[in-house]
Amino acid sequence: MADIKEIIGKVCPDAIFEENEKPFAVVPDRDWHKVAEALKQSGYDWLNAVVGEDWGDEMGCIYYMSSSSDGAEVSVKVATADRENPMLHSVSDLWDCARLEEREVFDFFGIKFINHPDMRRFYLRNDWVGYPLRKDYDENPDINPVRLYHEQPDDVSVTYKEEADGSVKEEKVQVFAPEEFVVNIGPQHPATHGVLRFRTSLNGEEIKKIDLVCGYIHRGIEKLCEKLTYPQCIHFFDRQDYFSALMNEHCFCMCVEKALGLEVPRRAQVIRVMMDELSRIASHLLFFGTYCMDLGATTALFYGIRERETILDILEETCGARMTFNYNVVGGVREDIHPNFVKRVKDFIAIMPSRLKEYHTLVTGNVIFKNRLKGVGILSRKDAISYGVAGPSGRASGWACDVRKLKPYSIYGELDFDEVVMDGCDSFDRYLVRMKEIEQSLRILEQLVDNIPDGDYCAKAPKIIKLPAGHWFQEVEACRGVFGVYIDSKGDKTPYRVKINGTCLRLAGVVDHITRGSKIADLITIGGSMDYVVPDIDR
Amino acid sequence: MEVKIKGMKKEDFKDNEYIDKLVDELKQSGQNVVVGKLDQLINWGRSNSLWPLTFATSCCGIEFICLGCARYDMARFGFEVARSSPRQADFMMVAGTIVHRMAPVFRRLYEQLAEPKYVIAVGGCAVSGGPFRKSYHVVKGIDTVVPVDVYIPGCPPRPEAMFYGMMQLQRKVKVERFFGGVNRKKTREDFFKENPLIAEEEHVKE
Repeated sequence: MADIKEIIGKVCPDAIFEENEKPFAVVPDRDWHKVAEALKQSGYDWLNAVVGEDWGDEMGCIYYMSSSSDGAEVSVKVATADRENPMLHSVSDLWDCARLEEREVFDFFGIKFINHPDMRRFYLRNDWVGYPLRKDYDENPDINPVRLYHEQPDDVSVTYKEEADGSVKEEKVQVFAPEEFVVNIGPQHPATHGVLRFRTSLNGEEIKKIDLVCGYIHRGIEKLCEKLTYPQCIHFFDRQDYFSALMNEHCFCMCVEKALGLEVPRRAQVIRVMMDELSRIASHLLFFGTYCMDLGATTALFYGIRERETILDILEETCGARMTFNYNVVGGVREDIHPNFVKRVKDFIAIMPSRLKEYHTLVTGNVIFKNRLKGVGILSRKDAISYGVAGPSGRASGWACDVRKLKPYSIYGELDFDEVVMDGCDSFDRYLVRMKEIEQSLRILEQLVDNIPDGDYCAKAPKIIKLPAGHWFQEVEACRGVFGVYIDSKGDKTPYRVKINGTCLRLAGVVDHITRGSKIADLITIGGSMDYVVPDIDR
Repeated sequence: MEVKIKGMKKEDFKDNEYIDKLVDELKQSGQNVVVGKLDQLINWGRSNSLWPLTFATSCCGIEFICLGCARYDMARFGFEVARSSPRQADFMMVAGTIVHRMAPVFRRLYEQLAEPKYVIAVGGCAVSGGPFRKSYHVVKGIDTVVPVDVYIPGCPPRPEAMFYGMMQLQRKVKVERFFGGVNRKKTREDFFKENPLIAEEEHVKE
């Protein structure tokens, strides 16, 4: 791959390159679209994250891009000094996932994206006053009280079109035409896995278009983190994607450790990886249960939860909680493993293969189940990359996107396991990838359970953790895909900005694309196969 | 008259004074023998078939799923099955955070529940805002939006704690008067009288 300075320098001679953990360039807004195009063409075709930030004197975004085949990374900062009417150029025509990510930035910072097709609020009500993640946001509850009347659905959106002479014109765009038949699904619906809302336009029984409405569980974690010290932030990471709680904590702790330059003892690394894999199995088991229940097979839920409870017992003994563990700390883990831990994990590894066989006999081979899943919700590899759908759902589309293999972190580089990649691209393969990942996780556990080294379970971290000035980005493979944490520090005890790059926003964002033209009953099948967790979308 | 719950002794409950007070109130107001017996019969039936509404916004909802599965099995105590429609449910387990955008939807769901209806606030977020209390977008306790009958603290509460809270609700149902002056209805009216702003604003807008 050509040098980044060369690629960017060719289209934008004004670009400034700064020293950072990842290649980092500052690009003026007028050249940003050209730079993005050049980067995409030279192989950086996966948009990992769009981080909006208010630096005080200017506002803007940092875009993290990487190569979908070898994981090479690049980050680009684009900013504007205009606080009254901030505008940046959109890259939503290059990456489909940028469409929602940029709407999120608009919602939190008020930055308008030129040439973005649909510039509406995303998480907050459309009558919300102010942009909460700006540093000068007024949090007075009188300005934004709990409004108990329903907001009007905004069927008219705006777009900012750039003319040939460089001026920007505001245009109205219809989300749904007045004659369209729009059915509301959610936020209170048993099959949306939480409080997600789809406004679905139908043509008879076929889906024409879906408008995703989020924010029904938006808790403002990113803003809350800015007021807390680093160790105090960790518990919020349990409460987003509560199935990958331990991975999310792991990610945040790794990001802080990277900034501190702290070495984590080997014992802590092994414990962390074992906990990650145990929760991955637990998460996929719950997916198996709830997915089958969505499709009408209630019994499978009881089977899935039965094994999940076994894992929760193991985790509870060591971590002290069933779901929200707060187990990882900066430098290692909070407590050493329980004396029973090794024995119970061994017992679990011994019974699990037979249980998997049971699931396959009960569900996987079932004709009705197969017919409902096979060929439903086709997501091609190209679209998966463009929409940023990583994780098991991306791997079912033939995209080898496992961060554990692509950019190995912790001790994953030394472990022997296979990355499950299938190329059916449909719901059935997305289901099967997860079932096969359980086997791989068991393999990892098998290798580690007898080899937990002696030593400290936590490194000596400073009592008051102060990060040096700078910004860092760390990714891990969570249960549903790539989970990233961005920390910007000004050298204080508290982070200046924390961006949580959840996996599920992209999973929910692609639903509109892959349901078009299919029957409304398949919406449940497709949505379920994506396995999104709504608090992770909304944060 | 004494409130009995199958499967759990009175002394195992930690806050009997509250229920005893309700019983005293009932005794003082005097009771017709026939209507009183009918009350008891109906309340026995009602308290042993309370069906929850599947209403989960976040983490607590997953513990609620576990409650329905084989290990904890809430059907043992009469919470037979969770319904997805508010029209078919008796009470609402508010499992998870309620945020500004969700508040009107939540309120509408509450209004769609058929009488007599109850609300249990599950977990720190529903009780007071929990760990997210200082957020700009979180309702600081659902009791500012709807009247709450039972609070279950925890983050998330263990399934056993949820059972304890649900049994408290059963006890509350048992000391109600179904015929005549339903003392519950009055408290709900009081609630909306005390929080007139909410009702008024909604009334103006709709």
